[in-house]
Amino acid sequence: MSAQATTETKREVRPEDHPIAPFIRMDRMPHIWCPTCGIGTVVKCYAAALEKLELDYSKVVVVSGIGCTGRVAGYMNFDAFHTTHGRAIPFATGLKMARPELNITVFSGDGDLSGIGGNHFIHSARRHMDLLVILVNNFIYAMTGGQNAPTTPIGANSSTMPHGNFDTPFNLPHLAASCGASYVARWTSLHIRRMTNTFEEALQRKGFRFVEVVAPCSTLYARRNKLGTGLNLMQFYHDNSEIRHGEDTRNLDIGYQEKIICGKFVDDTEQTTFIENMHAHYEKRLGEDYVPMGPEGGMLHE
Amino acid sequence: MKADPKGVLTGAHYLDGDFAAGEGAMAAGCRFVAGYPITPSTEVVERISRRFPFMGGTFIQMEDELGSMAAVVGASWTGTKSMTVTSGPGFSLMMENLGLAVMMETPCVLVNVQRGGPSTGLPTMTGQSDMMQARWGSHGDYELIAMSPKSPQEAFDIMIDAFNISEVYRVPVLVMMDECVGHMTEKVIIPPAEEIELIPRKLTEKKPGEYWPYEVSNGSLVPEFARVGDGYRFHSTGLTHDYRGYPIMSAECQWECVSRLVDKIKKNADDIVKFEEEETDGADVVVLSYGITSRVARMGIDMARKKGIKVGVIRLIVVWPFPEKRIRELAPKIKGFVVPEINLGQVSLEVERCVAGKCTTTLVPHPGGGVHDPEAIFEAIVGAAK
Repeated sequence: MSAQATTETKREVRPEDHPIAPFIRMDRMPHIWCPTCGIGTVVKCYAAALEKLELDYSKVVVVSGIGCTGRVAGYMNFDAFHTTHGRAIPFATGLKMARPELNITVFSGDGDLSGIGGNHFIHSARRHMDLLVILVNNFIYAMTGGQNAPTTPIGANSSTMPHGNFDTPFNLPHLAASCGASYVARWTSLHIRRMTNTFEEALQRKGFRFVEVVAPCSTLYARRNKLGTGLNLMQFYHDNSEIRHGEDTRNLDIGYQEKIICGKFVDDTEQTTFIENMHAHYEKRLGEDYVPMGPEGGMLHE
Repeated sequence: MKADPKGVLTGAHYLDGDFAAGEGAMAAGCRFVAGYPITPSTEVVERISRRFPFMGGTFIQMEDELGSMAAVVGASWTGTKSMTVTSGPGFSLMMENLGLAVMMETPCVLVNVQRGGPSTGLPTMTGQSDMMQARWGSHGDYELIAMSPKSPQEAFDIMIDAFNISEVYRVPVLVMMDECVGHMTEKVIIPPAEEIELIPRKLTEKKPGEYWPYEVSNGSLVPEFARVGDGYRFHSTGLTHDYRGYPIMSAECQWECVSRLVDKIKKNADDIVKFEEEETDGADVVVLSYGITSRVARMGIDMARKKGIKVGVIRLIVVWPFPEKRIRELAPKIKGFVVPEINLGQVSLEVERCVAGKCTTTLVPHPGGGVHDPEAIFEAIVGAAK
């Protein structure tokens, strides 16, 4: 048999290390993200939220798909999976169903989660699967060189819409909320404190929790759309954002170089999850004959 | 270890192949199934979803076959034996995450109840035309294991083997049924749980901090397994990776990573291959078949034997890896192989490759929707014996 399941609620930081070093695979640094890319900031905020919460870190799992944000799983010092394009959510669904005690975050990009993985996204929200989904929206397919995405604003320039985009983008918070997400929020990558607080809160909620972080690709999107580089870009989106907690999600479209509405839009603490519904239903229908899968999962032991 | 009695419906039953495969999975200790409905395989998950709540198993109906296969790969990392079930069009969608299971070395079982193809083809009618897709369907170089049952009883038995081999080699195992076996109802004997031997994957005894997910040692080509959630903090990826599970984009790492994935099956092929052999000593012709076709061929073989032709038989139980060594041994001693299959030439190509011109290979094709006329198999044997 393997070593007994462990619990781990503290990670020591050595004085010479970065405060979130215990949560990062430092042997894999430097990361592949471009200078001024917003993804690193999102990772930092996520790690900071985890650090504050003092959860059982041995049960924290990060699952990513493919693309720039898809690389997050590879840098997080937890059990972490870098899966196929668009399939992070169903992969995480299998993990959660087969070991319900896991605390799973799906960390991926807009193309991965709302493009190729869109079907899994809507169904996971519909069934209230107990996952925190962090979507970094960079407005394009960045890893492959800046192609149009389901999130590219109308009028913006991408490598496959070189004359400007006319393909209507998703309003992602509205999509998530419409499908049944229990928690929906949006920030830009410069809202560091607010984003961290959101992650901290979302990690303590249950069900399908969705956080969109707007972090336009500083290398490909910004250059093609004349948004400057680095801090100029981040400043642009920060200055053009407006916080409206509780805003009707129908009003959250992102236009080209227009105002971005941020905040927390949905926080349903009453909602029950797929696994809770399953247990409650079988207990009612099958009574004492029901043998639920235990929190540790369905592995058979001697 | 012995089977969990909760999953074993001991006794004599009258079951179709789909139900028998479902019972076999539960007896084998499968406790997670993700699936998407598709004819003619759906009865497998219908059986399982009815019985799972009584044994600590979880079934989830996913939104599509892409998600089903992805969920199965994820679930297996918790140590839970996991499976999905599908047919042709769904099998095509599962190829993506089948490759992920191979690359991440994830034990899992995929049952394909084959129907006629290509595309939507013949949803309710039989076929054996996914045999090469089973071998080569996902992109890249890899090896996996595929088995084919000839009866509901064997559908039950083969599921136990499939899960055991999958656990041992940390590789997906495909159970390539055909619609005929899936929907054929026969007697199925399910033994008591204590007579069913299960082989679990090798869990690491290393402590967190000393463990790397793809490190192999002591001459084994299969790494030890750590469950997600036990504190090991490992990383796994579909990218080419080193022993740490870290992506390394280099020809050297590709060489090491992919070669081991292939070698762990190729070098153990003698232990994995499984076939039945009958009267091949002194045979003129050997009929090689699998699944329902092995039973249809029986009449053609009897007809040829009555005519005085010495006919040997090989029935594949494990199709991939292929019993290459045995075919090479037999080839110079016989006039030819006759290969009936419900496709227009798939496993016959592998026979042809292995005999390497030392004898003839005669395909008896059938495009699907039914089984062969035994007369066609008889005539092929007569032709091969000349």
